[in-house]
Amino acid sequence: MSTTSDAYLRQDADAAAGMAKITAGDVNVHYGDKHALKGINLAIRANEVTALIGPSGCGKSTFLRCINRMNDLIEGARVTGLITLDRQDIYDRELDVVQLRARVGMVFQKPNPFPKSIYDNVAYGPRLHGLAHSTADLEEIVVTSLERAGLYDEVKDRLDEPGTGLSGGQQQRLCIARAIAVSPEVILMDEPCSALDPIATAKVEELIDELRENFTIVIVTHSMQQAARVSQRTAFFHLGELVEVGDTEQIFTNPQHKLTQGYITGRFG
Amino acid sequence: MRSSANADRVAARLRRRYAAEKRFRAYGVAAIIIALGFLTVLLASIIADGYTAFVQTEVRLSLDLDPSVIDPSGKRDRADLSSADYAAVVHNALLARFPEASDRAARRRLFRLISQGADLEVRKLVLADPSIIGSRREMWLPMAASVDQLIKGNMARAPEKGGQFSERELAWIDALQADGSLKTRFNKWLFTGGDSRQPELAGLWGAVVGSFYSLLVTLALSFPLGVATAVYLEEFASRNRWTDLIEVNINNLAAVPSIVFGLLGLEIFLNVFELPRSSPLVGGLVLTLVSLPTIIIAARVSLKAVPPWIREAALGLGASRLQMVTHHVLPLAMPGILTGTIIGMARAIGETAPLLMIGMVAFIVDVPATPLDPATALPVQVYLWAASPERAFIERTSAAILVLLCFLAAMNATAIYLRKHFERRW
Amino acid sequence: MQFLTLVAVLALMSAAVYRMGRGRAQALAVTGVHRLHSLPSYYGYYVALWCGLPAVLLIAGWLSCEPYILRALVVGALPPEAKALPAARLSLLMNEVRQLAASGDFRFSSSPIATAAAEQYRVLRANSFGAMAVIALSLAIVGGFYGMRSISPKLRARNRVEAAVKVFLVASSTLAIFTTIGIVLSLLFESLLFFDKIPLTQFLFGLDWSPQTAMRADQVGASGSFGAVPLFTGTLLISVIAMLVAVPIGLLSAIYMAEYANPRFRSVAKPLLEMLAGIPTVVYGFFAVLAVAPFLRNLGQSIGIPIASESALATGLVMGVMIIPFISSLSDDVISAVPDSLRHGAYGLGATRSETIRQVVIPAALPGIIGGILLAVSRAIGETMIVVMAAGLSAHLTANPFASVTTVTVQIVSLLVGDQEFDSPKTLSAFALGLVLFLVTLALNVVALHVVRKYREKYD
Repeated sequence: MSTTSDAYLRQDADAAAGMAKITAGDVNVHYGDKHALKGINLAIRANEVTALIGPSGCGKSTFLRCINRMNDLIEGARVTGLITLDRQDIYDRELDVVQLRARVGMVFQKPNPFPKSIYDNVAYGPRLHGLAHSTADLEEIVVTSLERAGLYDEVKDRLDEPGTGLSGGQQQRLCIARAIAVSPEVILMDEPCSALDPIATAKVEELIDELRENFTIVIVTHSMQQAARVSQRTAFFHLGELVEVGDTEQIFTNPQHKLTQGYITGRFG
Repeated sequence: MRSSANADRVAARLRRRYAAEKRFRAYGVAAIIIALGFLTVLLASIIADGYTAFVQTEVRLSLDLDPSVIDPSGKRDRADLSSADYAAVVHNALLARFPEASDRAARRRLFRLISQGADLEVRKLVLADPSIIGSRREMWLPMAASVDQLIKGNMARAPEKGGQFSERELAWIDALQADGSLKTRFNKWLFTGGDSRQPELAGLWGAVVGSFYSLLVTLALSFPLGVATAVYLEEFASRNRWTDLIEVNINNLAAVPSIVFGLLGLEIFLNVFELPRSSPLVGGLVLTLVSLPTIIIAARVSLKAVPPWIREAALGLGASRLQMVTHHVLPLAMPGILTGTIIGMARAIGETAPLLMIGMVAFIVDVPATPLDPATALPVQVYLWAASPERAFIERTSAAILVLLCFLAAMNATAIYLRKHFERRW
Repeated sequence: MQFLTLVAVLALMSAAVYRMGRGRAQALAVTGVHRLHSLPSYYGYYVALWCGLPAVLLIAGWLSCEPYILRALVVGALPPEAKALPAARLSLLMNEVRQLAASGDFRFSSSPIATAAAEQYRVLRANSFGAMAVIALSLAIVGGFYGMRSISPKLRARNRVEAAVKVFLVASSTLAIFTTIGIVLSLLFESLLFFDKIPLTQFLFGLDWSPQTAMRADQVGASGSFGAVPLFTGTLLISVIAMLVAVPIGLLSAIYMAEYANPRFRSVAKPLLEMLAGIPTVVYGFFAVLAVAPFLRNLGQSIGIPIASESALATGLVMGVMIIPFISSLSDDVISAVPDSLRHGAYGLGATRSETIRQVVIPAALPGIIGGILLAVSRAIGETMIVVMAAGLSAHLTANPFASVTTVTVQIVSLLVGDQEFDSPKTLSAFALGLVLFLVTLALNVVALHVVRKYREKYD
């Protein structure tokens, strides 16, 4: 395993320079007979927003879910290849998937707050991982997380009301606050704005940009404008293959591959 | 031309078709009316037969608690007091009321009117407070079941119509009734006593306690086991041959006749494990097996109803599977699981056949003190009393059924309440 | 009582050890250099498991072996003349010994041998309990110590605890399989003993059922006869009558509920119908005896048909009513599952509502309805209390609904309730009947569940 990884790491200039937070080497995913991801090699840099784009069914969400091993939950899913987080193989038998998910948080397509109070939603992760030593500690974590998610001012008077009573955009920011509260290193976002209206979307995008300072963010998005607005690097997936990856500006202004060109100019998708 | 001919034909048939439509609808209404009518008749006849059992004919007697009868030795020794001849006290009181019954035959007839349990009531009174010996006491004592039935109008007066009393006995009864010494009062024996051969003393308390212990065992076992099975199948297991086998087994067990579980209990719990026969413990074990499939199936349905994104959210935050289940999925599914459990328990409380197999059908006077003592259960008591020939047991059987149905109604009402107020729709 | 005390002590010990384990972990978290692998409470659970689980397993194992070891010891100490008794008598003697020992009251002992053995049994049992308690408590202490000692920040306490819980989950889920195996084995075991004495062909094809075997071998009819055909036909007759009542009424009410009734009527009538299913069968049995059978008998008298007071008709009628809600709720589900597109197709052609139902909806729903009916048949065959109370005891080979017949379940109950003679064909035959009952209902259920599942898949 380690020789493959070294070989791969040498290939990638960024990784060799120690800039890569996450690397994927020859990642293949099968769902039963279906070959969903084919030999993906990708490095994701720390403190950047990496956008995964491509037509639906291209495997971008599948790849995202490999990074925190959510694919483990799908029956018949088989992942091969190497994915590292800080040079550590995340599919290593010794690695506790629970600890991995504490380091790699996730925000889902549809806002999914627990049917509990706003406070309990945010406090759940810290409680789970024993991050707070006292009630005051916990409260501080909750408030800070809500503040960083830009939600605190809107909900500070009703922290004990159910999180499900918030508007869609607020719910999604609550979910982001919930993810931040665990202080992960990486946040995965699976089309976080697809269920939101434009105003809420703008707020979440702004938030993503702010979060970049402290977190490494990987975002799957359907909207190329969004990818252009929020990301520094963009990876284009097509039919389970990684077609092209590069700086966002380069991908959108000067795509190297014909498929990429076709997709961003709207010829298909 | 042709189309108008068709239209005519359609119109011609229309009346017949609409008549058929009406008939069909009427069949449906009739079916529902028949089913509900039967329910009404059943409930009405049981209530009509049973409500009189909640009262019992009693007689007011002035008892002379004569020390020379109760405690000839005068030592007030507890053993002496509890074995004293209280029947004589009661009989003397009756004779004092009707001095004309002087010959032996007449006396026997007179004494036959009062319950054989009357002296036990006197004994209870004396043992509670021995200082009353030597005084005179007025007491309400139970009459014999036959008198009770006569007073309640369940038995004819005239011997040719099935009456059991002679002119003379009837005259005594009338005399007591005329001066207000004979009345129907609340039947405390029904709710406090164990079983008895004397209908007027027979009570349900022993059976209620037996049922309670059995259900306690059942609940303590079937709830955790049922929830654990459902959680395993819904949240942990992947679909394979093994889980398919478990599932087929559960579905089949849900439809296996309950008497077969009784045979299993007889063979395994009594013959192999040698657990005490007739005990609520074994009853509870058998009822666990009977109700487990119901609970598992209900629990699985409510677990399935919890949307998958709750699970994703929890796992995404780094919860383990078990934490995901215990923190989120189970609490959300709990109202549904509880509803299913109560329905399973309601089924268990009415279950009779398997209990017959493990011997919970004996004539047991004592109220069981622990789940290991011999006992019956409420529905078994219904069965036992229904098989008794005395007329007085018919009304008591109906009363026992009413008590059983009240328990069932309360359980089902709780289940409905839980479902209405706590079940979440996603 | 003693036993409960032991369990309570173990529970208290586990609780105490849980607090100690959690406290130790918390202390490590504050002072330690390493981060704890799991939340402190998991360390507590981990130690509590080490404390309680071995002891509980020991107690369970001990209690399941104890009766056999005690019996062997007591039998071994019996005087030679008692040991020489035939197996059946010896087991009777041992039963008495156990009962004497349990009650502690030797006044009703049948022989000095039994009294002596019971005394010994009591002493042995008390010793055995003492030994078990001591070993269990020592195990708990040792386990607790071990658990406490293994606490370290690196210990994967959560994973260990979760593994234990998962074992419990898996074990629970296998209970269903073990129940089935238990049913099959216990029925089969006794049935094989029965078929050792009575040939299978006589049982399955014999026309005469009179299991009353004589006490002495030289009595008339000493062998008893075990031809179960009259029981099968009796069961069949009553089930057929029940289905004749339940299927039309249940199906028609389901159709009305699903297709015609407005929501308000439905919300009232449906729970009322389901009340019929909630009433215990013993109540139906009593009602059949008290009201329906006399009513039918009088009716028969007035129109000149002799109707037995334990007639198959009365029993079947009441059983049919019991099954109505079963059929109606299953059919209701099935009919509601028929997609509206089929109905709209028929309406579009100008069919009336009833025509649509009869010609489109019912044919489409038929497999599901048949599955439901099969389940109902299985329930009718296995129903016990109604027939025990309302049907006859003596076996008649007849198809006359006005006559009295008996059923398989009635015979099982009458053979096994009351005093049993061990190993007599009479007692054993109940298990053979139980086996037949189990196999027949199993076959019906498997077919029915298969049909219903296939149907559901079609429209889901």
